[in-house]
Amino acid sequence: MSTRLTCDVVVIGAGMTGAACALYAARAGLDVTVVDRGPVAGGTTGAGEGNLLVSDKEPGPELELALLSLRLWAGLAGELGAPIEYEAKGGVVVASSAEGLAALTDLAAAQRTAGVVAETVTADRLHDLEPHLAPGLAGGVRYPQDSQVMPTLAAAHLLRASGARLLTGRNVTGVLRTADGSVRGVRTGHGDVHAPAVVNAAGTWGGEIAALAGARLPVLPRRGFVLVTEPLPRRVRHKVYAADYVTDVASDSAGLKTSPVVEGTAAGPVLIGASRERVGFDRSFSLPVVRALAAGAIRLFPFLTDVRAMRTYVGFRPYMPDHLPAIGPDPRVPGLFHACGHEGAGIGLATGTGHLLAQVLGGEAPEQDLAPFRPDRFEEEAA
Amino acid sequence: MSPLEPVRAEPDPAFTVTLDGREIEALPGQTVAAALWTAGVVSWRTTRGEGRPRGIFCGIGVCFDCLVTVNGRPNQRACLLPVRPGDAIRTQEGTGHED
Repeated sequence: MSTRLTCDVVVIGAGMTGAACALYAARAGLDVTVVDRGPVAGGTTGAGEGNLLVSDKEPGPELELALLSLRLWAGLAGELGAPIEYEAKGGVVVASSAEGLAALTDLAAAQRTAGVVAETVTADRLHDLEPHLAPGLAGGVRYPQDSQVMPTLAAAHLLRASGARLLTGRNVTGVLRTADGSVRGVRTGHGDVHAPAVVNAAGTWGGEIAALAGARLPVLPRRGFVLVTEPLPRRVRHKVYAADYVTDVASDSAGLKTSPVVEGTAAGPVLIGASRERVGFDRSFSLPVVRALAAGAIRLFPFLTDVRAMRTYVGFRPYMPDHLPAIGPDPRVPGLFHACGHEGAGIGLATGTGHLLAQVLGGEAPEQDLAPFRPDRFEEEAA
Repeated sequence: MSPLEPVRAEPDPAFTVTLDGREIEALPGQTVAAALWTAGVVSWRTTRGEGRPRGIFCGIGVCFDCLVTVNGRPNQRACLLPVRPGDAIRTQEGTGHED
């Protein structure tokens, strides 16, 4: 079947970011079509943990976007209710050494000035928050704003709430341009979709979409495994992670980095992360990585020694060289907008991204300055 | 017809295991699920949310529907776990762990 559709905006990508862009654009009165080569949440969205975090971000534009996004998530959770498994459960970051605790305390102090709620937790109070934590930790910080959703459900429900036309199983093979170079739609394997604006929400594959429009966008895959345990009664109450996680998130290393991140879920299983490697789109299972994840989790929660891991899953974070996403209009290609490259923070940052992008699409000034997220910021470095 | 007949199986002698304390017979080489089916039991777990009955679904270790508690260890896949003499099999409710 070949179709020729006309609408206001085509969003490429039916993941979390595409869903949020569709929702806020539709609410701004735009007629939206979402196109994806696979199913809803078939890429990185379906391979994540659904974290909505402020705790792992240093003060700066990403943290500002995270705070905006968390406010929007709380509002959406009120509208959409239980189906997206929104839990404002809070995060607890723990340090195993005095030096680690000092660095964590400094980070928390800086985050507080940026509007983050961060409560210092002394070693003797850690077990009030998490009774099953290992003994002997130096202390921690509790972040009550950290939350979680089930990302696949969240993407699906946001898409449904948007009322956007959803075309799954359609590979975008070209970006249509007018004689003056402006975008006028996309070509898919099943026909063209015409629109004066195209949003690239293709996540880790956003660089390929940008290339179809003749623009360079350096999005690279950064692989991560998640280990899933058998379902358990709620034994891990918060998202709990070791202070070195923040360093790993910010690192530029291509080599393997693992730092334990442990959290319970509404459905029962405990999710264990987080590994980071730049190995291209290699989906093959890695026993050393998964072993390192399990060992790290057991250091935080010794009871996990006797718990079975049922399975693992793997995904590719959309990594950009400065760890910031690309959000906003592409000055090189009129009518092309980007909303991708959020690395491991895409679920959390999706709502703010969609909201700001809808403001730009509607011709308004965005509530947050998009300059740090300019899609062409790497051109200057190259030149 | 016994499933042993078409393949002319000549298994070693049967042994005894228990399901919730009740003795049932099992054959060497059977999985826990096969032994339970042979004994006419088709569900041995209830779901976490609504307490619905579950047994074999995929039968090949993929779906995790047939979870069962054997010798005190919950959440084992009955379709993959070989049954051994004296095994204490217990029906599993919810997560199988104490709350």
